Amino acid sequence: MNILVCVKRVPLTGGKITLTEDGRAIQTRHLGFTVSPHEECAAEEAIRIIEQEGGESVVLTLGPSEAEEQLRDMMAIGADRAIHLVTDGEEWDAQATAAAIVAAIREDGTRFDLLLFGNESADAGNYQVAIRVAAALGLPVVTGVKAITVNGGTLRCEQEVPGGRDVYEVPMPAVVTVKEGINLPRYPSVPGRMRAKRKPLQSSRPAAADAKLQMRRLLLPEGSTKEAQILGQGAEAAPRVVEILQEIGVV
Amino acid sequence: MATLVFIESPDDELSQQAVVFAQQLGDEEITAVAIDGDGGYAPAAWAQTLVELAQQRSLRAVVGPGSDRGNEVLAHVAAKLDQPMAANCVSVDPGNPTSVIRTRWGGTLLEDAVIHGSPLLLTSSAHAVPAAPIADSETVPVSTSASELDRVVRVVDTIPASTGGVSLADAEVVVSGGRGVGSAEGFSIIEELAGLLGGAVGCSRAVTSAGWRPHTDQVGQTGTKVSPEIYIACGISGATQHMAGCKGAKRLLAINADGEASILAGADYAVIGDLHEVVPAISAEIRKVRGT
Amino acid sequence: MPARQRIVIIGAGIVGNSVAYHLTQLGETEITLLDKGPLPNPGGSTGHASNFIFPVDHSKEMTSLTLESMRQYKELDVYLECGGIEVARTEARMQELNRRMVSAKTWGIEPTSLLTPAQIKELVPFINEEILLGGFYTPGAGVVDSLRAATIMRERAVEAGMSVFANTEVLGLDVEHGRIRRVRTDRGDIEADRVVIACGCWSPRIARMAGARIPLTPAVHQMIDIGPVKQFENARTLVDYPIVRDMDTNMYERQDGGGLEIGSYAHRPIMMDADEIPSIEESALSPTELPFTQADFELQMEQALEIMPEIVGDESVGVRYAINGLLSVTYDGLPLLGETPEVQGLWSAAAIWIKEGPGAGKTVAELMVHGESEIDVYESNIARAYPHQKTKTHIQARAGEGFNKMYGIVHPAEQWESDRRVKLSPFYEREQELGAVFYEAAGWERPQWYESNAPLLEEYGDRINRREAEWEARWWSPIINAEHLAMRDRAGYTDLTAFALFDVTGPGALDAVQRIAMRQMDVPVGRVVYTPVLMPSGGFKADLTIMRIDETVFRVVTGGAWGMSDLKWFSDHLPPDGSAQIHDQTNAWTTLGLWGPRARDILSSVTSDDVSHEGFPFAWWRSIEVGPLQVMASRISYVGDLGWELYVPIEQGARLWDIIAEAGLPHGAVPMGAGVYGTTGRLEKCYRAYGAELEGEYDVVEAGMAWGKVKDQDFIGKEAHVRQRSEEPAAHMCTLTVDDHTSASGVKRYMLGGEPVLTEDGEPITDAKGRRSYVTSAGAGPSIGKHILMSYLPPEHAVVGRSLQVQYMGERYPVTVATNDSTPVFDPDNSRVRS
Repeated sequence: MNILVCVKRVPLTGGKITLTEDGRAIQTRHLGFTVSPHEECAAEEAIRIIEQEGGESVVLTLGPSEAEEQLRDMMAIGADRAIHLVTDGEEWDAQATAAAIVAAIREDGTRFDLLLFGNESADAGNYQVAIRVAAALGLPVVTGVKAITVNGGTLRCEQEVPGGRDVYEVPMPAVVTVKEGINLPRYPSVPGRMRAKRKPLQSSRPAAADAKLQMRRLLLPEGSTKEAQILGQGAEAAPRVVEILQEIGVV
Repeated sequence: MATLVFIESPDDELSQQAVVFAQQLGDEEITAVAIDGDGGYAPAAWAQTLVELAQQRSLRAVVGPGSDRGNEVLAHVAAKLDQPMAANCVSVDPGNPTSVIRTRWGGTLLEDAVIHGSPLLLTSSAHAVPAAPIADSETVPVSTSASELDRVVRVVDTIPASTGGVSLADAEVVVSGGRGVGSAEGFSIIEELAGLLGGAVGCSRAVTSAGWRPHTDQVGQTGTKVSPEIYIACGISGATQHMAGCKGAKRLLAINADGEASILAGADYAVIGDLHEVVPAISAEIRKVRGT
Repeated sequence: MPARQRIVIIGAGIVGNSVAYHLTQLGETEITLLDKGPLPNPGGSTGHASNFIFPVDHSKEMTSLTLESMRQYKELDVYLECGGIEVARTEARMQELNRRMVSAKTWGIEPTSLLTPAQIKELVPFINEEILLGGFYTPGAGVVDSLRAATIMRERAVEAGMSVFANTEVLGLDVEHGRIRRVRTDRGDIEADRVVIACGCWSPRIARMAGARIPLTPAVHQMIDIGPVKQFENARTLVDYPIVRDMDTNMYERQDGGGLEIGSYAHRPIMMDADEIPSIEESALSPTELPFTQADFELQMEQALEIMPEIVGDESVGVRYAINGLLSVTYDGLPLLGETPEVQGLWSAAAIWIKEGPGAGKTVAELMVHGESEIDVYESNIARAYPHQKTKTHIQARAGEGFNKMYGIVHPAEQWESDRRVKLSPFYEREQELGAVFYEAAGWERPQWYESNAPLLEEYGDRINRREAEWEARWWSPIINAEHLAMRDRAGYTDLTAFALFDVTGPGALDAVQRIAMRQMDVPVGRVVYTPVLMPSGGFKADLTIMRIDETVFRVVTGGAWGMSDLKWFSDHLPPDGSAQIHDQTNAWTTLGLWGPRARDILSSVTSDDVSHEGFPFAWWRSIEVGPLQVMASRISYVGDLGWELYVPIEQGARLWDIIAEAGLPHGAVPMGAGVYGTTGRLEKCYRAYGAELEGEYDVVEAGMAWGKVKDQDFIGKEAHVRQRSEEPAAHMCTLTVDDHTSASGVKRYMLGGEPVLTEDGEPITDAKGRRSYVTSAGAGPSIGKHILMSYLPPEHAVVGRSLQVQYMGERYPVTVATNDSTPVFDPDNSRVRS
């Protein structure tokens, strides 16, 4: 069985986001980068399925040259090889991203039984790259999945909804987007990290298409900071806290 | 000019918000359309139905709610029409070109973007506008011309949630613990307080990553979004990822040793101190007040 | 927030809390402690430190601070003794570990031992001993809880009356008339008499608010934590196994509960600017835990895998935490302690690591209260830095170079490579033409010897020892000894531009120097006085010469290394009424030394002024004409031979050189380097050097320099000095000679200094004050044909002719006490300087 996992490099933000001077990006001078959380789980899921079913897991990203770091990270936890669609650092919209991924899948030639994505990227949150890829490839797509079971040529997927879980069964090949919580991703081992350095990574530079959803600038939401009323220091504040809870009516 | 609003049902709050949101487009004709999901939810088939309506009625825009299904169905519409889609918009300005303000990072950040598409495909961000009752709505059956591929992805079964305990998403009170709790065992005092208040236990992503709590307890951008009367954040620094999940809380009480923790910037009340002392003291005080 | 306070301490890490606690112990209780971050972990380097302590260092000062810190950590009950092993992968490292053994014995750190690979394996079962040649084991090494220590010390200080404000950002420091007046914060202003900056890697940023410089740079130290480790599943404590320092890879591995922490100082040095450190809010972890850069750690992973394959190679052990941690690094690797020279009342307690934190805190508190400290920290005195050493360029270059020396094998004479050629003397071009080998002295390029003198080797043949072992031959040349002999036979001239010079002037000048200097300064104009400068305890603060230029002008000449520290000491002790001033003349004058039996012949051939012994006696200075130059000639000598120090304005230096070199030619005069001036020349004459023999821990009587009677006038340290004269000294400065250099392998070995002096039975020697005897200076005495050592010895061993031993590189060598006072081993009557 062959699985493709698509991941995105995003900054590891702290308590406060600051923007670059032109307001077109997050100030990342002091920040590390990571794979979007849903996608990290997608990679872990792919690795687990391959460990069980055999085959190959391939991790793909579209992003700046620095995104190789994230591809190596995913190979360190077990992905077999990587495809890097290198951009100049400008973010691509969902349509262009999906088109580039589709072209890369065709170019690669591997018959992927499963294409895993995160439900939405941590930063842009467009909710659509996987669906567009599925449409272009004529594949079924299930989103927001919290459990995957492989039954021969069929996938059983569970999706969390208010009040329980909806179950889908789709034939492979298929596209699935997962949500964090489907698994707890492993930490890379040192031998894993060292192997990752030597695993194949194929990179190419797709031509950028005109964005039809064009970001002009980023904005920090207004009025999100409050002046917290300090109820006290340490355990001595407990009576005051309970007064508040009584006022609200929860005690 | 006509706009179609895809609604999950006339009673669905986010769908109601989507209708109110769509009014920003200024179109005379706004139609709320639900799909008769007789055969179960099938996102691609539902999208095919909307695509056909859009073509028949020469719609200017198709708007959906900022819910999982709203975003999923609209994304399918966008894929089928090969048009851009802006998810989770806070506002839209129907100028030329049309521009939107949409959320990023789970609402921590906003984006001012231009969208070049026809029809316009938008979903409205949850709670960006108030909901209003939907006066009129149509319910249309799933298009008969939806393909086999469109129909193959559908809900075939439903597993009800286990009924024990208060659901995190619906809890009136959430007591949540972060890295500051220190260990899985450390959550006993959080559980105790939540129990006393009839609330649910939540936690930050650092906690689930460390394996101290299951992911179902995680509040945040990639966990559960909560909207309790009061959210009590214990030893949580207030990373943007977490705040995206608890910003729906009516009130936020932060208990933190760090008087400069980011969480304070989003808190209504704060207690500065070690949660291992403060939380049991609150539990004891509640018992005292109740005389138990 | 109080409106005014005697002392405000900025920074609540291990250092700030320690300074606070010790100040309260010394009776200062009106103190406020501030930190921008929260407590107990404000987000500085204390919060992410690896927290382990290896006590053995080659530096006496650093070892003393570490030992005092260990004592305090133990008293606070936060010290977990687990032992530590420095392991060797190479032969060169094994030799270095032998040097560690020597330093351990010199500083009295016991027990320590050298281990075989098998013995290492017994202590650390998961190590790959096959790649190791041996190890240096310190059972007393351990791990501390530095945050807990800081907290306890803060709580104790608060009990004594200190107030603490966390989450309080300092916005400005107000200075009035050169004195700190006020700390401005986001919660209001505090007037303060004294302010201590203990802000770790933020210190430069805070100091600059007052116009002062704390010359350090934040640098990155990479660290990862891997786990869970099966071998540690049933660990009894946080660290059951000794910490391993894999010296040859600049790495360490230590158990941390169920995980293994791997740290590295080996990657390319990553320097930051203090202004670049992110705020607390902007940081994903903390401001000093920056995102890990995997690319810089690739080689380190392989090396960690090599040494601990069972753990590091375990597929189920994951990298759970990885940071680029920030720590403070200085241009010379030493801390920055004391009052800043720029602003009175503004103190620095910076560039301090966990292992010296509490000791440094206590020291700074003592300096603030008493003006001196139990541990003499002259090397760490912040005032030591010259202007160029406070620039970003220099700090970053040197800190980068020094970073990899942290676990390196550093030769005691090793020279810096980066950012050289900052200060060039007027003689520089001439020296270059003569093939000078330049060492750095106070930033100046100063010849150590001249390749042009190589023919002298033939002339002196067997009288010159060749060093057979590479270690001692490194950073050395036999030409030094040849230059020495040529000077003793004929004459030599030497570049003394690195001297620091400053004038004390004004109606109160005499009173000022009288109060600072130990010897009588009310001398006729024209006299040159060599004098110790004492601390209140009677220990040495400096030794220097003072020339009386005029009734109201005294010129102080001191060695370049401590010139800026001495300048500050003088400035600090001027009369408060403003009747005396100080003018730094360091960069205005250059000095050429001319010595040897032919010196008078040479000088008289170029001047018409009287330079006869009668006309120009020893210890006087005169203005003489040399060609077109008005030269200030001072008849003194640090090499113990007839001659002069010749001072001219710096722009005339080259002309002076040319005149002397030309006049010297017919007399066989040679240029000579600092190898003679600083070592061989002075050692034969048993002249002491500040920083080696002379330091705060020893007094004038012990140094054998209590000549003549104590002057009537008051001076700093007088009371102690008078008392010390009346007591039996616990030690005497002695000069020893080595009897036999032959090592077990037959190779002759030559000590370089820092070695322990032992009894004939091989036992360490300790004096009544608990101080170990060790070699303070070592070097050749070419004229007497012996290798000379200096050492303080207790009275029972300070006996001329006494046979003792010196341990060097794992072997012992016989030595004999040659003199037990200031009597020189060469020219004991001092007839040469007085001829």
